[in-house]
Amino acid sequence: MKKTIVYEIKAIYRDDLRITGYEFGQGEKSVCIVGSMRGNEVQQLYVCSQLVKRFKKLEEEGSIRQGHKILVIPSVNPYSMNIKKRFWPTDNTDINRMFPGYDLGETTQRIAAGLFEEIKDFTYGMQFTSFYMPGRFTPHIRMMKAGYENVELAKQFGMPYVVLRNTRPYDTTTLNYNWQVWEANAFSIYTTSTEQIDKESAAQAVRAVLNFLSKEGVVEYSGHEGYISLVVEDTDMVSVRTKTAGIFESVVSVGEEIGKGQVLAQVLDPYEGEVLQELCSPVDGLVFFAHDEPLTYANTAVFKLICHERDT
Amino acid sequence: MIKTIASVKLPVDEVLEIRKNRISPAHPTGREKRISIVTGIHGDELEGQYVCFEVIRRIRAEADKLSGIVDIYPAMNPLGIDSITRGIPAFDLDMNRLFPGNREGDMTEYLADQIIRDLAGSDVCIDIHASNIYLTEIPQIRINELHRERLIPLAEKMNVDLIWVHGANTVLESTLAHSLNSIGTPTLVVEMGVGMRITKEYCMQLANGIMHLMQEMGIWQGETKTPVKPIISELPEDVSYLNAAVAGIFVPAARHWEKLKKGELIGRIIDPLQGEVLNEVCSPVDGYLFTIREYPVVDAGSLLGRLLREECVSR
Repeated sequence: MKKTIVYEIKAIYRDDLRITGYEFGQGEKSVCIVGSMRGNEVQQLYVCSQLVKRFKKLEEEGSIRQGHKILVIPSVNPYSMNIKKRFWPTDNTDINRMFPGYDLGETTQRIAAGLFEEIKDFTYGMQFTSFYMPGRFTPHIRMMKAGYENVELAKQFGMPYVVLRNTRPYDTTTLNYNWQVWEANAFSIYTTSTEQIDKESAAQAVRAVLNFLSKEGVVEYSGHEGYISLVVEDTDMVSVRTKTAGIFESVVSVGEEIGKGQVLAQVLDPYEGEVLQELCSPVDGLVFFAHDEPLTYANTAVFKLICHERDT
Repeated sequence: MIKTIASVKLPVDEVLEIRKNRISPAHPTGREKRISIVTGIHGDELEGQYVCFEVIRRIRAEADKLSGIVDIYPAMNPLGIDSITRGIPAFDLDMNRLFPGNREGDMTEYLADQIIRDLAGSDVCIDIHASNIYLTEIPQIRINELHRERLIPLAEKMNVDLIWVHGANTVLESTLAHSLNSIGTPTLVVEMGVGMRITKEYCMQLANGIMHLMQEMGIWQGETKTPVKPIISELPEDVSYLNAAVAGIFVPAARHWEKLKKGELIGRIIDPLQGEVLNEVCSPVDGYLFTIREYPVVDAGSLLGRLLREECVSR
């Protein structure tokens, strides 16, 4: 294991911002794994820490195959993590909207450029990332339909789902998109949580990465092979929305099988406690995403369901 | 007449409302043209507040001169303005990256959709921004090159110092202006002044421009001032960017909109702990300093200013 500084900038009063990487194996740039890019992505940091621990052991055992270099970057943004802020401390910009970056540009453009220069030439790029809405996910690999995606390769992770979604204008500035432009096989990996550590889904993500690397001939690993991934289009998911705002009380969890008509949650009057709305499932299926904050706004997609009819 | 164009109930005993003030002629014919004046998409940009006030004041002072419809939307992001937050509070989203929105979407997408529906069909829309809290800008209109032919003639009537035509960018496709221009509602984006402040001189300059545009469009029959002839920048090389070489405290030495010679001092980045000058920021070209850093704390890379090259101004 070699600990390196991938990128560094100086501040006036804070410690230097260091983007630290952990290198395993030697040879061509095979696999790059990036963890938290935003200050609240604690689960993403944790998963990477567990991967570093595993790769260290695999390297000691001689289980990283010849000719492959693996780079793990647990956090791109320690500055924001240390002050509990999601985006860049001074100007609130999102590093994951700055790729491929610009080395003579503004601070987060420079960070993106400095990072991307080091990681753009890897064969496989994996990013543990988070959703813009607060909630818990069924673990999955998410791919944007940018014209470069390789769905069959994504199934090699053995995660329960591979989700395909259409690109949006801002996608062109994400790490994942730019990796794809540079011909890396890029995957966004979602575990269950973001701000809280969920050990179970973190362990599942570690197994998924090792499974993938084993099948691609990068490491020797013989753990649980995971799932035969189901490919789902984001647009095929069924959203369940609140009709009104108030206190949100969920009675189901992500990953739970639900039946048509089953109560999923209630919205309560915040002063009088009366039930304002009962949210019921319109389909037989599975809870893929669930809002996890105690208050909700109106018209919020508090659940995303995978419909069983479409599973077959 | 005050009208609520979008309304959303919040979780605890509050309703979010986006409101506009529609000012119409006393005896409308039904064929009036409509101008929409929009501001406050970014909650920390307040220059447009005074412009809205001033335009209404001038119309009221000579109400019989009004011959069109004026819609004024002073607070597109009311929660942001009221909480000194640039984006939409709680969502941490830039409202100007949500358009055209979605009627069936979440609260933020729904609001964006309602805004577009209300503004669509205006004969012209003016979206007033105020840079951000870091930079001061001279009054200028920014135009996406995709819409230059339709918008430059309108922008020239607006009494701004600069019209900056910039390249197309996919990220900007989700702005209010791009969405409206794409559906045929001509929309001009004004940038001027600085965040969290009101620069009265610039506000009056822009109010003069808006009244003049209204006059040219047949919305206003009163007298207006002849607008200044703006500099039009269409080439990427017209603009020179100054980014901080090091982190520190930036202290400007040059004045905003000052003509500078190549090598002339613009400011210093200092280290108050050591008492040292870390970097002297000098002009890389002969030109005009049309953007200057207002907020002193800088990281390496922070934008300190922009210069408009002499050749562009003299063209």
